[in-house]
Amino acid sequence: MDANTQNNLLLEIQDLTIQYITDAGTVHAVENLNLHLGHGETLGFVGETGAGKTTTALGIMRLIPSPPGVVKSGKIIFEGQNLLEKSEPEMRAIRGGKIAMIFQDPMTSLNPVMTVDKQIAEMIKLHKNVGEAESLKLAGDMLELVGIRRERMHDYPHQFSGGMKQRVVIAIALACDPGLLIADEPTTALDVTIQAQVLELMKKLKQQFDASMILITHDLGIVADICDKVAIMYAGRVVEYADKRALYSNPVHPYTIGLFNSVPDLDDDKEALNVIPGLMPDPMDLPAGCTFHPRCTCAAEQCSKTKPAMIDVGNGHFAACPIRAKALGAA
Amino acid sequence: MNDVKTSTGGNKPYIRVDNLKKYFHTKRGLLHAVDDVSFTIQKGETLGLVGESGCGKSTLGRCLIRLLETTAGSVVLHDEKAGTDTDVTKVSSSVMKELRKKVQIVFQDPYSCLNPRLSVWELIAEPLIVNDVFANKNDMRARIRELMNTVGLAERLENSYPHELDGGRRQRIGIARSLALNPEFIVLDEPVSALDVCIQAQILNLLNDLQKEFHYTYVFISHNLSVVKHVSDRIAVMYLGKIVELSNYKELFVKPTHPYTQALLSAIPVAKLDVQKERIILEGDVPSPINPPNGCRFMGRCRYCQEICRKETPDLKEVLPDHFVACHLTPVI
Amino acid sequence: MSNVADTIHDAGTAYVRKKKRGALAEVLFRLRKSPLAMFGLCVILLLIFVAIFADLLAPYPYQKQNLAHMFETPSKQFLLGTDEFGRDILSRLIYGARISLQVGFIAVGIALVVGGMLGAVAGYYSGWIDNGIMRVMDVLLSIPQTLLAIAIAAALGPGLFNLMIAVGISAVPNYARIVRGSVLSIREMEFIEAARAVGSSDLRIILKHIIPNSMAPIIVQSTLGVASAILNAAGLSFIGLGIQPPYPEWGAMLSGGRQYIRDYPHLTLYPGLVIMFTILALNFLGDGLRDALDPKLKR
Repeated sequence: MDANTQNNLLLEIQDLTIQYITDAGTVHAVENLNLHLGHGETLGFVGETGAGKTTTALGIMRLIPSPPGVVKSGKIIFEGQNLLEKSEPEMRAIRGGKIAMIFQDPMTSLNPVMTVDKQIAEMIKLHKNVGEAESLKLAGDMLELVGIRRERMHDYPHQFSGGMKQRVVIAIALACDPGLLIADEPTTALDVTIQAQVLELMKKLKQQFDASMILITHDLGIVADICDKVAIMYAGRVVEYADKRALYSNPVHPYTIGLFNSVPDLDDDKEALNVIPGLMPDPMDLPAGCTFHPRCTCAAEQCSKTKPAMIDVGNGHFAACPIRAKALGAA
Repeated sequence: MNDVKTSTGGNKPYIRVDNLKKYFHTKRGLLHAVDDVSFTIQKGETLGLVGESGCGKSTLGRCLIRLLETTAGSVVLHDEKAGTDTDVTKVSSSVMKELRKKVQIVFQDPYSCLNPRLSVWELIAEPLIVNDVFANKNDMRARIRELMNTVGLAERLENSYPHELDGGRRQRIGIARSLALNPEFIVLDEPVSALDVCIQAQILNLLNDLQKEFHYTYVFISHNLSVVKHVSDRIAVMYLGKIVELSNYKELFVKPTHPYTQALLSAIPVAKLDVQKERIILEGDVPSPINPPNGCRFMGRCRYCQEICRKETPDLKEVLPDHFVACHLTPVI
Repeated sequence: MSNVADTIHDAGTAYVRKKKRGALAEVLFRLRKSPLAMFGLCVILLLIFVAIFADLLAPYPYQKQNLAHMFETPSKQFLLGTDEFGRDILSRLIYGARISLQVGFIAVGIALVVGGMLGAVAGYYSGWIDNGIMRVMDVLLSIPQTLLAIAIAAALGPGLFNLMIAVGISAVPNYARIVRGSVLSIREMEFIEAARAVGSSDLRIILKHIIPNSMAPIIVQSTLGVASAILNAAGLSFIGLGIQPPYPEWGAMLSGGRQYIRDYPHLTLYPGLVIMFTILALNFLGDGLRDALDPKLKR
């Protein structure tokens, strides 16, 4: 990492490990995760259900339900300060103020008995020193910004459609001009044409607000559309981390390759898809060594023994696969 | 009247749907879930049915196999061997019970479509028991083993309960149930929507292999165009209870003709870089299907909308061989 | 073929082949995990045992008066003392278990059958049948249950059988509502549609899919219902509308002893404790059953 990117760094996660300790066993939700995100960058977080994407996001927000969740180790450095050492009141000021989150389901993330302008105003009052009238005015501005007419500001959430509700959620998230926006599958619950609207809006607003964003998704298409960098997660670990261009043109980790092959291609006519055999491992009982080795086509003996480290295969393209890295001539 | 014919020669289509309507009475008025839909399905083909939530695709799928009673219209099933035609929507319940063996459905949600109190074995045995297929217990055992093997469920799972299994395996149970009676026609109602991409690919391959082996006729319902394209021979695009475009899968993607299809295609996020395509962002939301006004259902969001679109409902017309579009402005666009 | 892949690679997921266990054995197995529920079950089983073998267990006949030993406090001869007629309280409690448990279980049985049928019919057919039945139930629900039981008992006159009917009928609306609610929600589940799609008849759907899935709340309500039925019956006997002397019913014993509560509290203390423990045990069992009957909470 050169000095330039170092200065530009907004968020850096070092060696983060999060576990859920239950009666039935320990769930290894996130293991030794390392990430960095620069100012204004959009990072795509890709993986299947249970890969640990949402847990990481909640970890950054310090919102891991505890018990059973425990942050075992690591540092989350945001604007030069370790969030894990912050007190709860300090964290409350950061949540919503400097880091905002958009959840998957707009139907449940809004309070059904409160008009939308009040919900936005509440957020503004919490983090900015403004009065009631001023905050409501700002709420109206925010709604207009996300494409909802000002007249509708006194409506209740149920009077909006799914796409409009997600716009309201975005308005709430951006109300205090956060430096980092975490969006957890923001469009999964929406129809394709509505998804296109919302993504377009998010792209526009991200630039307007000059915010960084972590976008959690399982859709490689959405990542291709709006992200700068991509982290692929599998069973609690980041297996590949790279610039979007590098990752899409030259995926390195066998899981990433398998993921790309599993998506039906619109331009291609193929009878059968190349699937990754088998299933995600049980997060309570992860295989030793590389967690992907039982399903991997190029697994060698060492894979079942040693945990692979992230290897730079060139220009900040990291992959946790020594076999493939060797084949590509790195390390 | 929509006159829909396929040019596959004199062969009678396997399923012929004519002017099918399904309305629901709601407190706010009449909900036009499926509104005057006509099309045909050939034996052994896969017809894809795409559209956004609330467009009536699932209702249509259920009407095809009479899990819902239709309001009007007919679904005629042609039996090639016997040379007989049966209107599924009108037969008596005893005839329908026989027909159920031929027409089956796989549901979207592998979490709610399986009775949580039955084991995998009991779930797969149910269609066989209900229809008294086997007098002999050993024959039934053999058949269930065979089915589990066909859909790729390990034998040791037979005493497991659905909630102990992952989504992919549950969906395999659903598929095994639908295959148990050796059907000819299977409605696949969003069979992979609830699954992760990797599992989704496994199930899609399974469905594909099964069709090759047993020559099933599929109706594949999905909101995901890339998935539909992958599995279908022909695709019907639905919007607010109507089919707006119906064509060969390749042509639909190369030459989308209805403005809605064009917008839908442009909205799919593609997992590739530098895809050059025009982004058509549709304004607004899908209007309510309750008491829809006259005219084209898409007019409120259509960028080409003209006077005529507000007055008359466009019929599904064959604009190119085997390519049907319901738009007044087809030649213009 | 893709399916083979699943059978061969089971990456990390250790699904072991399970032995088939009967439904009852499964529930008992899971009930064992909750100590409170097991305690409840043991107490109930003990009470049933006591009720059945009352003749052998009771040291004296329940009606045997001994005026020489009136109001005696617990001693070796009379373990729990004697009442105002010198009758042995322990023996009366033992025989009382017979009557109280009978009242509890049979009254709940009546409520369950009548209410369950009404609720199932209302839930399955909906429409005006549903409306008709449920409005009547609403009217009954608006009358306090004890008051309703008193009214019915007063109309029927005292006696064991009438007591059961009174307590049972007054609980009917509760069961009708619960059964209807669970039938309604299960009727809309996709697996009902899936069963219909493979050609299952209405009868099979009700018996195989709807009833087993709606059993859990009903069984739980019944266990708790037995407790409240015993309490209700005790209440009715207490005000003289239930069991008539000299039959030993716990509530009646409580009522009989209340005159002497200042001087001889043990006359009311022991029946009161027995009622309390029985109801506590039933409530523990009910709670435990609720968890044990949910297949999703397994392990």
